[in-house]
Amino acid sequence: MSAVTGLLLAVEGGEAKNPLIPNANELFWGTICFAVFAGFMIKYVLPTAKKALDERTAGIEGKLAQAERDRDEAQQLLAQYREQLAEARTEAGRIRTEAQAQRAQIVEEARGEARTEAGRITEAATAQIASERQQVVTELRREVGGLAVQLASRIVGESLEDEARQRRTVERFLEGLEDAPAGSATDPVAVR
Amino acid sequence: MTLASTVLHEETVVLASVSTPPGGYVPPSIEEFFYDPLFGSGIFAVNRIVLMMLLMTGVLCLVFGLGFRRAQVVPRGLQNVLETGTEFVRTQIADEVIGKEHGRRFAPYLTALFFFIFAMNITAVIPGLNLPVNGLAALPLILAVITWGIYNYQGAKSQGLGPYIKGSLFPPGIPTPIYLLVTPIELVSTFILRPVTLFIRLLANMIAGHLILGLFFSASTYLFLGYQDGRWWTAFFGLGSFLGAIVFTFFEVLVSALQAYIFTLLTAVYLAGSLEPEH
Repeated sequence: MSAVTGLLLAVEGGEAKNPLIPNANELFWGTICFAVFAGFMIKYVLPTAKKALDERTAGIEGKLAQAERDRDEAQQLLAQYREQLAEARTEAGRIRTEAQAQRAQIVEEARGEARTEAGRITEAATAQIASERQQVVTELRREVGGLAVQLASRIVGESLEDEARQRRTVERFLEGLEDAPAGSATDPVAVR
Repeated sequence: MTLASTVLHEETVVLASVSTPPGGYVPPSIEEFFYDPLFGSGIFAVNRIVLMMLLMTGVLCLVFGLGFRRAQVVPRGLQNVLETGTEFVRTQIADEVIGKEHGRRFAPYLTALFFFIFAMNITAVIPGLNLPVNGLAALPLILAVITWGIYNYQGAKSQGLGPYIKGSLFPPGIPTPIYLLVTPIELVSTFILRPVTLFIRLLANMIAGHLILGLFFSASTYLFLGYQDGRWWTAFFGLGSFLGAIVFTFFEVLVSALQAYIFTLLTAVYLAGSLEPEH
């Protein structure tokens, strides 16, 4: 359609139009249009866009820095925990060694005490046994004397009123007893 | 481009083989780019082109306004998409070409430039608009002049006017007699050809793209209507032409982005050259 009108116009006008020559009204409106758009972009749109972009950059940088800080802190904590763990291990080792030493000492002390106690008990028992033996011996001597005299007076049938003689006889008898073996020592008693 | 020329050639052959039907085939011409005022007069006159400029400017402001209305630290949806674009211009053009130090100062202008050019190019394939606004001389000229003004101003500001002009016209490290040759070339190149090439590159690319699309679509229509003259078989060629039209529609999208990128990139290159004296 426009091709046809163009041709008609060209035929009627008879003059060729130069596409390199701008029309004044198009220049005027074109200048206004570009000025409006460029002004709008430069004054409003691009600063707004830049602000958003800067905020985004700042946000990302902030997050990266925060992550860095967190990582550093975590590493510090880890190092601290490791140090504490090592310390605790050393402490535990030290305590164990100490405990072993203490145990050895306690055992040694207990052993010593036990030995002393055992010695004391043995001593006491020995002393008691000795004293009891002494007592028994004394008793026995006296009874055996009486018995022997009695026996002797019965056997011999003679009165041993004479103190001196009696004593001598007894002494003699006892000496004989002590000299004789243990088995035969009981003989005078068994005779009764 | 080879594809384009082959297809064009094929179409010419087809057209030539078909004897001129009544009414004839009218290819799109440069007249496609001229519109009479709808209302207003003089420089305030509003025609279809001006309406498209106003519409696309409104759309751009609306999209960016909504996208960054409450710019979130974590971008979502539209903001995400737009940020990809603005970040591309900032990092891949401003920082890459000018350097991080000065790049951030010019990134806003470069970003505005990139999206503005793209929006005014992409109208080529928007149904109902079907015309690149940059296929008309006005906007490419304005943008080329602004870029020219900015890089020369920056050169004079950061190096001093004298040293800037001297550095541009007499690049150091050349034997004196050679300046007879170099200085006129540098003068024309830096102060005249740079804006002119910016202007024409963008304009011509968009004109050519539009003409190719117009050719394919009008040829398709013409060939599909061949049955009216009893030549039903032209419809097969119409199918090829229509396929070409679809392919080149996608190609135009690519060209729209590419030309916006090239214009912005060259602006950054010229700015970088002005900021530092030539070695």
